[in-house]
Amino acid sequence: MTQIHQSDVAIIGGGLMGCSAALFLRQRGMSVTLLETDKVGRQASGTNFGNVRRQGRPIFQLPLANRAIRIWRDSPQLLGADVEYLQSGHIRVCFRNRPENIGKMEEYAALAREEGLDLELMSANALREKFPWLGPDVLAGSYSATDGHANPRLAAPAFARAAARLGASIVEDTKIVHAEKVGEDFRLTAEDGRQFAAPILLITAGAWAGKIAGWFGEEIPLTPRAPTMSVTEPVPYAIAPAVGVMTPDEVETVYFRQVARGNIVLGGSTRAQSYPDDYRSYVLPQNTMTQFQHLRRLAPALANLQVIRVWSGIEGYTDDALPIMGPSAKVSGLFHAFGFSGSGFQIGPGVGETMAELIATGATDIPLEHYAVTRFAK
Amino acid sequence: MSARFRRLVETDRPQVSLTVDGVSVTALAGDTLMVAMLTNGDALRSSEFSDLEPTDGRRAGFCLMGACQDCWVWTAQGERLRACSTPVQGGMEISTHQPEATWATIA
Amino acid sequence: MGDHRVIIVGAGPAGVRAAQAVVRAGLRPIVIDEAARAGGQIYRRPPENFQRDHEALYGTEAARARAIHEDFAALLPHIDYRPETLVWNVAEGHVWAAHEGETQAIPYDALIVCSGASDRVAPIKGWQAAGCYSLGGAQIALKAQGCAIGHRVIFLGSGPLLYLAAAQYVKAGAEVAAVLDTSPFWLRVKAAPKLAAMPGLLWQGMKLLGDLKRAGVPVLTGVTPVEIEGDTQSGVSGVTVRHKGAVKHFAGDAVAMGWHVKPEAQIADLARATFAFDPATRQWLPQTDADGRAGNALYLGGDGARVLGARSAEVTGELAAMAALADLGLTVDADRRRWLLAEKANYATFAKGLAQAFPWPHELVAAIPDEAIVCRCEAVTAANLRASVNTAHAQEANRAKAFSRVGMGRCQGRYCGHASAEIIAAARSVSLEKTGRLRGQAPIKPIPVSLKRNDL
Ligand SMILES: Cc1cc2nc3c(=O)[nH]c(=O)nc-3n(C[C@H](O)[C@H](O)[C@H](O)COP(=O)(O)OP(=O)(O)OC[C@H]3O[C@@H](n4cnc5c(N)ncnc54)[C@H](O)[C@@H]3O)c2cc1C
Ligand SMILES: Cc1cc2nc3c(=O)[nH]c(=O)nc-3n(C[C@H](O)[C@H](O)[C@H](O)COP(=O)(O)OP(=O)(O)OC[C@H]3O[C@@H](n4cnc5c(N)ncnc54)[C@H](O)[C@@H]3O)c2cc1C
Ligand code: FES
Repeated sequence: MTQIHQSDVAIIGGGLMGCSAALFLRQRGMSVTLLETDKVGRQASGTNFGNVRRQGRPIFQLPLANRAIRIWRDSPQLLGADVEYLQSGHIRVCFRNRPENIGKMEEYAALAREEGLDLELMSANALREKFPWLGPDVLAGSYSATDGHANPRLAAPAFARAAARLGASIVEDTKIVHAEKVGEDFRLTAEDGRQFAAPILLITAGAWAGKIAGWFGEEIPLTPRAPTMSVTEPVPYAIAPAVGVMTPDEVETVYFRQVARGNIVLGGSTRAQSYPDDYRSYVLPQNTMTQFQHLRRLAPALANLQVIRVWSGIEGYTDDALPIMGPSAKVSGLFHAFGFSGSGFQIGPGVGETMAELIATGATDIPLEHYAVTRFAK
Repeated sequence: MSARFRRLVETDRPQVSLTVDGVSVTALAGDTLMVAMLTNGDALRSSEFSDLEPTDGRRAGFCLMGACQDCWVWTAQGERLRACSTPVQGGMEISTHQPEATWATIA
Repeated sequence: MGDHRVIIVGAGPAGVRAAQAVVRAGLRPIVIDEAARAGGQIYRRPPENFQRDHEALYGTEAARARAIHEDFAALLPHIDYRPETLVWNVAEGHVWAAHEGETQAIPYDALIVCSGASDRVAPIKGWQAAGCYSLGGAQIALKAQGCAIGHRVIFLGSGPLLYLAAAQYVKAGAEVAAVLDTSPFWLRVKAAPKLAAMPGLLWQGMKLLGDLKRAGVPVLTGVTPVEIEGDTQSGVSGVTVRHKGAVKHFAGDAVAMGWHVKPEAQIADLARATFAFDPATRQWLPQTDADGRAGNALYLGGDGARVLGARSAEVTGELAAMAALADLGLTVDADRRRWLLAEKANYATFAKGLAQAFPWPHELVAAIPDEAIVCRCEAVTAANLRASVNTAHAQEANRAKAFSRVGMGRCQGRYCGHASAEIIAAARSVSLEKTGRLRGQAPIKPIPVSLKRNDL
């Protein structure tokens, strides 16, 4: 007889969502088993750009983002580890060819203020006075002093270690190949035959989650894509805020930030396909080239820097770019938190805490109606 | 600053002059920038992490074949040159410090 | 048939022989090389205005060097030669080549990669000091620039290149303070039967040792390096080793260090070759069939596939090209192919002997002191790396890289990758193979953000 590993909650997927949910579920006293194909935090959560940015998110998402920012701020105490969270500001700019964005920025700032996010709108001149490396193509910007960035390579593993210290079982190298509800319990089977059971199942399997939800009859279309990332040689630390472009045109959406050691992380422009079944993503050189092109508009001084490495990751995108968060519409005891569509890093710890609260108490004050799985029901 | 490299042969070449950190130095036509600099001095640049790692300091290249990237120096315009694989040219103005140190004041 | 698009990367002995074979078949290949002049590493040529002749530059290999240079010159009208051009990426059947600040995507039907090798180095405490160079680098200084890397040079490492480079320094009039070999002499005796596969090369090796001894250079075998002394300002001041139970110190202002060379396999990696662990040399190598096929229209020749030496590079470069031609549906000379395969087998036996006689000192690497820097680019110490294993539970190379930054620097792990894998394996008490392989990532060498496409 194979032994079945039993707990209150089983989590499939050890990204930032799953690891932080595990920690907060333990804090609420529930027993947790987190199952991860590979090592925790190695996929989207470990490869992303590292923006801890609230501005630019849908206004209705700000309560969740605010919850997350508190956790990021407390992370050294909460995690007992430094995940290099720096609250060093975030600037969102628009280019000269899109003057209509100024009005949108003003509108956004007014609404954001009501949600507790203060944004300072700045003219081109004011911006360049404060951030002299911005280029002449920058028309205006919105500055958030209380956003920042963190090191994605360190974040999810640190959450997992903290959860493990509180007694969560973090089971790596364990790919779940089958899950079903048998009586009161979800029964999960790993590739090597090991079994896990729990009355509650949380799916935080990123770009892979659509397939797993499919096992329970929920068809959720996710497109696996691969954002384009680069990093430069280290240069003296001079750029505190993360910087990004507001534009409807994917090719122009570039962003960068400088880490304290000096390297500048560059991201954005056209995304490639990614291949979740093979656990593979590739950077297409043509996207690296358009990324450089638009970064030179954003900050011409970057042009001299040497890029030493490019990379990408596997991220699941929904059609409306909003995640799926909340209970399943079909199976009781099943919860979803996935499909973060390229912007899940900042809110990650907030997602974990909110899902833990929802699972443990049956309710949360964080508005989740926009993320309901029912929006995909045809 | 004493010379790090020692010329053994092929010394019968025309001279060229360049400046390194504003100081005028003489090299030979056909030298790599690295040889030009290290027959006049003992380092090319400093490690970016000297402050984090106390045993780390000035650097003078490592592989000479364009693989290690330890020999990058800068032109007055902030352009990077890989010293081991860049031929020296008369009139070059080379800096052994990263120009980005003054970024905050670039307009 | 002129429509087949063949790209050859590298114009060393392997690339030149590959190009020759492709031209012979009536095609016009594109030959891309980062260097300004063809020849590759061993037959690297000084700038045009230098005077030394082939005999002075290449010694016993002068005739081969001359043949490579002259044959390549004769090929020039028949190839599209692109010197000073870096291949920085390969994707979707295109090579991305950069030249003078611009880049383009070049499509291919067959990609023959003859990218050569770079030094395999073991980190020694103090090796970040100015004045420490790779062994190959020390040789390049002399060959291509007529310079010694210092006024009093210590050679540290193992392998035939250690003795060759030291002897070349002595001959050119440099002061060599010592040759310090980490391999014990008895291993050479044990490997003699395999080394005898190439009696000429074996003899050359013994002659070099004689040259060094005659010049009064101390040659120590079986040493354990303790430290490269020096300071952060003025650089290297000497080397301390343990030898036969005693601590020995050698003063000098330069160190040339190297333990053989290893393939520059980054292009193969991006072109999606598969890699397998080679227990004999303790490294991951791109997989090919006997002819050099690596799949996906990729062919590997020369030391970029497997380090078998310069003479073998000519053989395997030609073989790789013949494989590509055959796959493109062109006829190749079957007798020639059989002869080349037999030659290659001989070189492979000799290379096994070398690996046995001059092994990679993995136990020394695994035991380097905590305070020693493992990654020169990012100044990461062995202590940092071990902490990523012991405290953060990194269990394999890519994970330890993500946590500690070892291998994340601008050399792309070329000079710390092998050593960090040994340190991780030892810290975890698992086999080296289990620590995995650092995956290749573009760019193959740094590219500036100013890089622009010129093919749109
Ligand atoms: C290159 C890139 C850049 C990005 N930049 C930003 C940014 O700057 N800011 C931002 O907010 N967001 C960014 N994102 C998005 C952000 O990284 C993601 O939204 C977030 O990390 C998603 O976390 P996750 O836990 O849902 O997914 P993941 O981190 O992908 O975790 C899912 C985990 O589930 C595991 N899994 C899957 N199937 C199974 C199975 N059957 N059994 C067991 N385990 C399984 C996977 O192995 C994986 O570890 C970026 C994403 C990428 C890829
Ligand atoms: C520094 C050094 C010194 C050596 N000295 C000796 C010696 O004295 N005796 C000996 O027997 N062996 C020596 N070797 C071993 C050497 O690898 C072989 O002897 C021989 O040079 C292998 O020939 P090859 O054609 O495979 O590669 P190489 O001769 O190395 O030629 C490879 C070519 O590919 C080009 N290249 C590589 N990557 C790229 C890229 N991304 N884009 C564009 N071009 C690229 C390089 O510029 C180079 O010209 C040395 C190796 C090194 C690294
Ligand atoms: S010295 Fe290694 S790249 Fe120049």
